[in-house]
Amino acid sequence: MLNANTLAIAYLISASLFILGLKGLTHPSTARRGNYLAMFGMGLAIVVTLFSPAVQNYSLIFAGLAIGAVIGIVVAMKIDMKAMPQLVAAFHSLVGLTAVLVAIGTFTEHAASGIIDGVMLVELSIGSFIGAITFTGSLIAFGKLQGLLSGNPIVFKGQHMLNLALGLVTLGLVIQFSQNSSLTTLLVITVIALALGFLLIIPIGGADMPVVVSMLNSYSGWAAAATGFTLQNNALIVTGALVGFSGAILSFIMCRAMNRSFISVILGGFGGSDDDEESAAMQAANQGVKSAAVEDLAFMIENANRLIVVPGYGMAVAQAQHALKELTDILDERGVEVKFAIHPVAGRMPGHMNVLLAESDIPYDHVVEMDEINPEFATTDVALVVGANDVTNPAAKTDKSSPIYGMPILDVEKAKYIFVIKRSMRPGYSGIENLLYFRDNCSMVFGDAKDVCE
Amino acid sequence: MTETITASGMSPAVAALFIFVLACFIGYYVIWGVTPSLHTPLISLTNAISGIIIVGAILVTGSENATSLEQGLGFVAVLLASVNIFGGFAVTQRMLSMFRKKEK
Repeated sequence: MLNANTLAIAYLISASLFILGLKGLTHPSTARRGNYLAMFGMGLAIVVTLFSPAVQNYSLIFAGLAIGAVIGIVVAMKIDMKAMPQLVAAFHSLVGLTAVLVAIGTFTEHAASGIIDGVMLVELSIGSFIGAITFTGSLIAFGKLQGLLSGNPIVFKGQHMLNLALGLVTLGLVIQFSQNSSLTTLLVITVIALALGFLLIIPIGGADMPVVVSMLNSYSGWAAAATGFTLQNNALIVTGALVGFSGAILSFIMCRAMNRSFISVILGGFGGSDDDEESAAMQAANQGVKSAAVEDLAFMIENANRLIVVPGYGMAVAQAQHALKELTDILDERGVEVKFAIHPVAGRMPGHMNVLLAESDIPYDHVVEMDEINPEFATTDVALVVGANDVTNPAAKTDKSSPIYGMPILDVEKAKYIFVIKRSMRPGYSGIENLLYFRDNCSMVFGDAKDVCE
Repeated sequence: MTETITASGMSPAVAALFIFVLACFIGYYVIWGVTPSLHTPLISLTNAISGIIIVGAILVTGSENATSLEQGLGFVAVLLASVNIFGGFAVTQRMLSMFRKKEK
């Protein structure tokens, strides 16, 4: 059995390993080592906890660990990279539910043995509250990302007032709980939080999903930190703070990349998708858009010195990244310089495009972030937009009435020739027309992104 | 459990707050250093390490005076956190192994 000080030192080492692990993600070349360090930290924390004098029964713990390990590893190995946002949302919900269960279990055990005070009760109720919000919020996000629920924002009258009222009621209940320490009060707080998690995420539209995923990431961290306060466990407190901040910073980066305030994302109601589809070519003709044949595109690219590909979620849907990889290889042999330009909100979660491109073996040094690549468009012969939309829309710079005005975009319009591969003229996730398509130097290539690339 | 051994006379809650705030600063500086191309692995890795909550789940389950209800709650909690930990690390590993430099 280990004494309290040995345990504390071990947890300190774990927390340090987590920090070093995250630090490893500063560069792809050190990232794998970072992941190993974090794994080691986790292993250490679990093992020393098992040797803690407070732990007496092992069979259920080992059973839970083993079953969880099998499920976790199988899911992780099988998951399609396109579905990463859903997977992450599902995992967040697990952390949330765990926090709720731990809070309730800890409460009943401590209440039975009489070691409980007002501060601890407040910490417990906060842990359960954040955990419950994370749980249902993540389930809704999962449903939306997986397509089980509509991606449209669901708004009703008085929604925000209702949320506010529920928040205030919870505050009152937490104070009450710290005095009466009744299990019923804790459960009521938890049920309200479950409802709140649901209410907070349903009004948020599909276009804002990258923010939601990062935000729930943050919540799951705060849930762990709150549990750490209850258990006076520094490993949980430190880890919770790291994760909480990580999610918060990512949310901030995503909001900045869309020129939206965090508050407006939370309040929701942005980005419905309408499905009225006209014949793409016909619509294009009506609107004065040039459409080009695939052969034209191939000819232009072959004779270019420099090509920048702008991928979006449409690329992933069409599974075109592998075709793009082949295209890159062929062009590479012919001496055409190919780069990929990534907007921070491309895809459905932060960094999603980078993973999808990496999966199809496109080297990461060819994949460039927005700020770095924007000056290069002016000296680029051909820009090829594959399944991306809003992030290339010059309206963000010129049209003050546009909902996306002020959003930083990729300066695709500055390239000499632009080809846009698209299935139809349908506006993107946010439902806004892309002015880029009406520029003289821009041609549309209609069709499935994958077929066109081939 | 509730030991007040701090020489300064800080209550455990304040000591915890102290650590929490400092950890927030570390989080802030470390996360800003993460390259945007690895933001998805960052989310899955932070997700895996938030599974540290399993420590709480183990304490609930393994406690000497846990009732069978508490053991049940704890067991489910251990299982869920374990899915999170193993799944999170494995999927992070899988993604990171795909990030390669150009092979010449």
